[in-house]
Amino acid sequence: MSEYAVRVNDVSKAFLIGLKETRKETLGAELISWFRSPRKNYNTLKRLNTFDHIEESEDLFWALRNISFDLKQGETLGIIGDNGAGKSTILKIISRITNPTIGYAEVYGRSASLLEVGTGFNSELTGRENVYLNGTILGMTKKEIDSKFDTIVDFSGVEKFIDTQVKKYSSGMRIRLAFAVAANIETEVMIIDEVLSIGDADFRKKSLEKMIEISRGGTAILLATHNFLPIQAMCKNTIHLDHGRIVNYGNTNDVVSKYLGDMSKDMTRQSWSIDDAPSSDSIKITKAEVVPVTNLPVIRAGDPFEFRFEFYNMLNTDYDINIMFHLIDDYDNLIFIGSTVLTNLKFRATKGYIQTSCRIPENLLNHGKFTISKLYVLQGFEKVLYEHTNLLVFEITGDVEYEKGKSGKIDGIMKPKLSWEVNSKKEI
Amino acid sequence: MKNTPIPKFVIESKKSRKIIDFKELSYYKDLLYFFVLRDITVLYKQTILGILWALINPMFQMVVFTVIFGKLAAIPSDGIPYPIFSFAGILPFNYFSQSLSSVSLSLVGSTGIFTKIYFPRILIPLTPVLSKLVDFFIAFLILIAMMIYFNIYPTWDIVFLPMLIFLMILTSMGIGMWLSSLAIQYRDVKFAMGFISSLLMYSAPVVFPASLIADKAGYDVYLLYGLYPMVGVIEGFRSSLLGVNPMPWDIIGMGCISSVLLFISGAYYFKRTERIFADVA
Repeated sequence: MSEYAVRVNDVSKAFLIGLKETRKETLGAELISWFRSPRKNYNTLKRLNTFDHIEESEDLFWALRNISFDLKQGETLGIIGDNGAGKSTILKIISRITNPTIGYAEVYGRSASLLEVGTGFNSELTGRENVYLNGTILGMTKKEIDSKFDTIVDFSGVEKFIDTQVKKYSSGMRIRLAFAVAANIETEVMIIDEVLSIGDADFRKKSLEKMIEISRGGTAILLATHNFLPIQAMCKNTIHLDHGRIVNYGNTNDVVSKYLGDMSKDMTRQSWSIDDAPSSDSIKITKAEVVPVTNLPVIRAGDPFEFRFEFYNMLNTDYDINIMFHLIDDYDNLIFIGSTVLTNLKFRATKGYIQTSCRIPENLLNHGKFTISKLYVLQGFEKVLYEHTNLLVFEITGDVEYEKGKSGKIDGIMKPKLSWEVNSKKEI
Repeated sequence: MKNTPIPKFVIESKKSRKIIDFKELSYYKDLLYFFVLRDITVLYKQTILGILWALINPMFQMVVFTVIFGKLAAIPSDGIPYPIFSFAGILPFNYFSQSLSSVSLSLVGSTGIFTKIYFPRILIPLTPVLSKLVDFFIAFLILIAMMIYFNIYPTWDIVFLPMLIFLMILTSMGIGMWLSSLAIQYRDVKFAMGFISSLLMYSAPVVFPASLIADKAGYDVYLLYGLYPMVGVIEGFRSSLLGVNPMPWDIIGMGCISSVLLFISGAYYFKRTERIFADVA
């Protein structure tokens, strides 16, 4: 019997990313290119096959590079890293969803992948039907689900609605039911991506406890997340991935604190050249910065300041674009969501650069460390075109009034200027 | 549990040798069952007539065909009433065309599932091929009712009917594996399905008897025509159920050959492209 649950041996994975489209100058040339394009399209589509064409080319992108690690039976290993570091790709390879371009991975025993909860849920079906469908998708047999059914329903807390169509569930109920199915699988290996950070705080706690229980039961767990709490609670060792490579691998606390150390350095400005800017299908981010609007080099509590973002829109589109960001403090409290949705500002996105700035008024934020934890570019109000995690980290220092020698630092997240009225009546 | 040898899975860039891994398929049979059950349950949800649609559609087709091809164009029907003649063709053909159109987009429509979890990908095209059988068997009831009405009784050749149904399923699955795996990489398939369907429709002996081809173009062409597996299936249905002609073993045989070839090549192409599904989806 092998002592290993998962062995990953020198795995690399390449993707071909689409090259820039060129547009013809004249109508005639454009027409000719229509008839030429099927051949070009065919070649482009054929190259989507990531296995037959791994010769170096300029649009070859290595999502993973020389990844090796072992997971012993019954152990739990964490994977952390920024967006696009390759966390999901390595989990997908171990889950047998995609194959590595080079290298190999071995999985010993049955494995269950929770890359999302509720894969295959069909909203027309009832809760009961979905438990069976989702359970078998996750690799359980009907018999196993039969025997676990009551436990699953109990854990989910949706007994009353189990024979109701899932489309009538609230999103919370849906998540609870889906997680309950996943949490009751018996396998040797479990591969989890982010799913421990869904639902409300109570549910997160409950699901984390359940995962710890599963791990004590002898299941080896591979856990990728942005959220350090479950990793610190469950994993002895952690891998830090960055741009597809392992940059740190060892004791969880060491790896996490080094990662946080790198992160908590102020990051008041980030900029990328157009060619290697982080991007989605349609949007690239080329610059993000936080700047004081006073003529001081720092931002002091109560000072106004500005966020400036610059994007590059790759497509010629005609929809409205909205920008939205989440500002959090050092303790992960969401301070506010800044969004153009809340204003009447509307702008159409045409191909090219988009510059935005957002002014934070004076007398709003107190001193402390703040992070733009999420930045979204939206099409209309809802569709996410681009998403960036942990974009800017900055500190608001000292105090306006303090500088003037009037008062010291005061507590609180905000530092509003309130209007007071004080009346005194002289007692005669 | 810990005493039994633990199976080891190796994930690498090489292709796997087995074209169809039956051992793995048998492990996932419950999933196939629930996939099929889902398709059947969801299909007629939120409709007024529900499962009656499985009766109404082919009946209307039969009426239209009888008026246009039977009466106006006076196409021969091997000496039996045109309505039942055409229905015996509509029945297997509808299964074939419906399962093809849903199987061809089955992979494209399931990207949300197979990019998140592993299971044998072959289950995805297999599901519509099986779930469309429900409509087929419901519509079969109409044929039985019509046989009683027209006083037509099946011949002993009815024992071969399951074989014809199997040939029909095998053909759908064979073409389905080709189309679904092509469609995931080349979405052109979606747009081509329109004319592929009508091409298959008009070339199948649904509104006319296959004997017409033999009469007009000779036996060699007739045999060649039999390479389209639905020709043998439809004519086989007519012979075994309605006793029009003796069983046309020649064209059924031709159909079997091409169907098996389609199935094997389809399974091979599917297997070969399977590992890139998640990357190109």
